[in-house]
Amino acid sequence: MSLSFTPEELRFRDEVRAFIAARLSPELRRASSLNVSFFSDPDIVAPWQRALHERGWVAPGWPREHGGPGWTATQRWIFESECAAAGTPQLSPMGIKMIGPVLMRFGTSEQKKFYLPRILSGEDRWCQGYSEPGSGSDLASLKTRAVRRGDHYAVNGTKIWTTHAHFANRMFALVRTSDEPRQQDGISFLLIDMASPGVTIRPIMMISGDHDVNQVFFDEVEVPLTNLIGEEGRGWTCGKYLLEFERGGGINSPKLRYALEKVRGLANSGLSYKAILLQKIATKLSEIELDVQTLEFLELQVLSALQRGENPGPVSSVLKLRASEIHQAISRVGVEMVGQNALVEETRRPLHALKDRPLIPEEVLSVVPRHLNGRANTIFGGSSEIQRDIIAKQVLGL
Amino acid sequence: MDLTPSEAQQMLRHSAQRFIAEHCDPAARRHAMQDPMGFKRQNWGKFADLGWLGLPFPEEVGGFGGGPVEVAILMEEFGRGLATEPYLSTVLLAGTLIAECGTEKQQKGLLPAIINGERLLSFAHYESDARAGLSEVHTVAQTDNHGWTLHGRKIAVLDAVSADVHMVSARLPGAQGAGLALFLVPKDAAGVTLRDAPRLGGGRVAELTFDHARLVPDARLGSGAEVLPTIQSVVDRAIVALSAGAAGMMRSMFDATLDYTKVRKQFGRPLAANQVIRHRLADMYVECEEARAMAARAALLVGADTDSTQRSLAASGAKVKIGRCARNVAEQAVQLHGAMGVTDELDLGLYFKRLLVFEALFGSVDYHLQRHAELFGNSRAE
Repeated sequence: MSLSFTPEELRFRDEVRAFIAARLSPELRRASSLNVSFFSDPDIVAPWQRALHERGWVAPGWPREHGGPGWTATQRWIFESECAAAGTPQLSPMGIKMIGPVLMRFGTSEQKKFYLPRILSGEDRWCQGYSEPGSGSDLASLKTRAVRRGDHYAVNGTKIWTTHAHFANRMFALVRTSDEPRQQDGISFLLIDMASPGVTIRPIMMISGDHDVNQVFFDEVEVPLTNLIGEEGRGWTCGKYLLEFERGGGINSPKLRYALEKVRGLANSGLSYKAILLQKIATKLSEIELDVQTLEFLELQVLSALQRGENPGPVSSVLKLRASEIHQAISRVGVEMVGQNALVEETRRPLHALKDRPLIPEEVLSVVPRHLNGRANTIFGGSSEIQRDIIAKQVLGL
Repeated sequence: MDLTPSEAQQMLRHSAQRFIAEHCDPAARRHAMQDPMGFKRQNWGKFADLGWLGLPFPEEVGGFGGGPVEVAILMEEFGRGLATEPYLSTVLLAGTLIAECGTEKQQKGLLPAIINGERLLSFAHYESDARAGLSEVHTVAQTDNHGWTLHGRKIAVLDAVSADVHMVSARLPGAQGAGLALFLVPKDAAGVTLRDAPRLGGGRVAELTFDHARLVPDARLGSGAEVLPTIQSVVDRAIVALSAGAAGMMRSMFDATLDYTKVRKQFGRPLAANQVIRHRLADMYVECEEARAMAARAALLVGADTDSTQRSLAASGAKVKIGRCARNVAEQAVQLHGAMGVTDELDLGLYFKRLLVFEALFGSVDYHLQRHAELFGNSRAE
């Protein structure tokens, strides 16, 4: 057992550092640090994705044959850690970490050849069509229907909580193609062109003032039969595979560490609080620090298992549960640290391009919106209650 | 970076698991508790045969050169089986202090006898008005031409009743710095009184009084250097080892609770069919995994070539994180066993009490949280 990096791994780390230093401009870094949504806005992401694409580093987890760098688990860890520590923009996971792996596993060779390069280049921007107004945690009850009509499906229904639907040109969606005794069996996995006639998008504003999510309506939307992934009626398998990536496939602790460092930094920004309050906050920060260290070690154990060629299994639910709770603890203590500066509600976006000087210091601007948005962490991607159900069933055999 | 245990580490775990399965079943455990020494001496001989008593000592003195990771593996399995052998007192505390500050003569005189299982030691440091800071020592050692005189009282001395030699800390009047020294006190030295009691959940604990006890000139451990930093370092590593033990105890409590809620039926169905119970079990499982990860991390960090601040941060961090998780798992395990959980018919209560011992030893969770916050802040300020 060892936590230290080999000389080759240290050289790789230096290479990543040098790349970031050369390509991450101060403007981009500032814009990224003032981003309060889960995904960075496309105008922040695009230049960074171009830089990564030139280097072949857009999709750290992808194998070489599909245009990824073919990194080891440790190299991926190093890359994610360096990006988090430098505060690089976060690429949308919906192409790279969600639909990408599904296409590699279940897609036809034509589908892979067409879609995968467009994810890497940024030409395609994906959104996820899973939840519906009546189907949240009980996802398998979804009602959006796709009916075969000649060489296409006719899709009718609605999807909700669709992050960045207003920026996306494509959606991967779970739709009902038949009614079966077990409702999971009638679900198929479809790719939908967002420019198709009959697609409408209604923005949903969040309590932070952000517009990230939407409701999407489908009215007789024609989707070619060739846009089906896997077999008809077997979409639930693809959907679950994707959710495992959404929950645990990622490396979360470096980002949490970066967020915690930023919150610690608020204590040095000359805001006035009583010393006694700071004392209490110091112990809170220590408790969160220990939670991050623990999660980090759990993630490294998963990486070690992957490196040995083992499947990490349902531990992704443990990681998702803890990462989301820690994320919320960090943003909550951030609000405590800014004192009465929390009173200012700044709903203009993007925060890096405000026309006039706001009432509160720049490093404080993002604190409250991030806390408000962060409440969704324990809800999306399967709520904490669903994660506990999964642990009870799949890990504990209950 | 690779967290896969080595083959030798896996073998060590297997041999510890085999020992626990053969010698620490519930009947053997109750039997050991009735022993006036708090454990079965024949088991100690097996510890020696298996090489565990020499595990953390350097090869030059007959040890096996193992580090905190290997110690943590043993301690985790001891925790799972609730072993009561005085491994902490003899090997991890007194033995390690001899290995790190003893003179060559003291090392040669004592370490081989510890490694082969002949000699047992206790570590007598805490006093009744001290909190958790290790420097609060009021026992005094005075020297004259004929040796040393030791005067004072020590509490919470683990395994003192079985010890052949007590390692006792004392203040040297007029000395510089913390002015602490350690003394090797034979159990039958004149002026030493031992009052022994059962320890919560198994083992023994004692109060040791030194009434102008006379010691030979070379009773002082080492050659005169300040010992507080070494005590601090040894105690920090002991906390890490105890944390691994706590993670093992938590897992045993959790396993028992999971089994029980599967078979215990009320309202016509198993307890574990209820979502409120399932979610609580899921949380307990997560805490067990977190505790195990944190214990392994701390062992790796104190074993690496780290400075004393990093070592203290790892120890305090493990104590806080695992202490919090342990408390919840222990309380919920009792809760989910219902009235049976508070009876002495199950071993669950023994585990509950042993986790209380973990919490109380070497500073509370709150003490270590404060210590972590201060060390962390200072390490950033530098």
